[in-house]
Amino acid sequence: MSLPPPDLSPGAAAALAARTAARAADEGIAEIAYATVDSPVGRLVAVATQSGLARIAYELENGGLDSILDDVALRLSPAIVEAPARLDPVRRELDEYFAGRRQDFDVALDWSLTTAGFRRRVLQECARIPFGATSTYKQMAIAAGSPTAFRAAGGALGSNPIPIVVPCHRVLATSGGLGGYTGGLERKRLLLSIEGGMLAV
Amino acid sequence: MTTARLPPFQRFLDAHRDDVLRFLVASIGRHDADDAFQETFLSALRAYPRLRPDSNLRGWVLTIAHRKALDVHRARGRNPVPVAEIHDRAQGPAAAGADGPDDHWERVRALPPRQREVLTLRYAADLTHAEIATALGCSEEAARRAAADGLKTLRKELTDVPATA
Repeated sequence: MSLPPPDLSPGAAAALAARTAARAADEGIAEIAYATVDSPVGRLVAVATQSGLARIAYELENGGLDSILDDVALRLSPAIVEAPARLDPVRRELDEYFAGRRQDFDVALDWSLTTAGFRRRVLQECARIPFGATSTYKQMAIAAGSPTAFRAAGGALGSNPIPIVVPCHRVLATSGGLGGYTGGLERKRLLLSIEGGMLAV
Repeated sequence: MTTARLPPFQRFLDAHRDDVLRFLVASIGRHDADDAFQETFLSALRAYPRLRPDSNLRGWVLTIAHRKALDVHRARGRNPVPVAEIHDRAQGPAAAGADGPDDHWERVRALPPRQREVLTLRYAADLTHAEIATALGCSEEAARRAAADGLKTLRKELTDVPATA
């Protein structure tokens, strides 16, 4: 006597899962929603909590989608669903930025992936550097209240959980060199060139 | 350190969505499976952050699906009219294709509750008898016996009802 399992039409379970994930995000049952966003600097993974955008990751440089989500699950919560609609405002602002139609991001930010204190202060200062301008690690350290801690400031910027929106690419070495970048120096050059061509060598 | 960690919920959902839907279609039919599927995973998500990382995730989510299916069966039991409607729908060509590939699951749905539960968990969800015993809160031996009884009844029905000729 055989009881073969019922056949599912192709994609039926996937479509239901997507609807369930969207509902989980809309109704606040999922604490965290994510979406992938294509951009001129490669595919991005955008992650938002109920309070705002918490993470933008360069998919390839950060070890791929699974690795990026594992890290968020470990540090914030595993209640994570893919809910592209929840990330629509972020996606729209990024699209406008890369199309040269936006200079400032308006989406709310969630700083919970950065430890409170000096590191978070450095990133919050960095978020105030205007489009088209640049600063230095030393100036960031001074602004965050520890003038001698420019190496630590570099470390904080290097682990910026929300690159592009928190513009750590606008921070250069005090000597005038490019410094480092979480997404690789090519991307830093590209972002700076989008913002005015000043380093588009 | 090899401490087990819960995967992000989306990965858990993607890994088990097919099994859960197959189980629900077998247990309550296609019409009610969509809602029960969503309720299953939303309930799972509410409890997920507090789950022990080394849990049997597949057994756990199918246990939740089993409870959602039980709610549907109980609601039907309380109100016999929809049962007839559901039966009509299940027989109709829109339900599962005109040739009725789910016929044997309709027969399973008509079995006594414990036999129905064991057979759907065993053959639609592919749980082991040990996992089924955990899901149903019974002994493994009781699960095996219910499965055997259910299969015996189905076999009998199939031989008693001669092929339409």
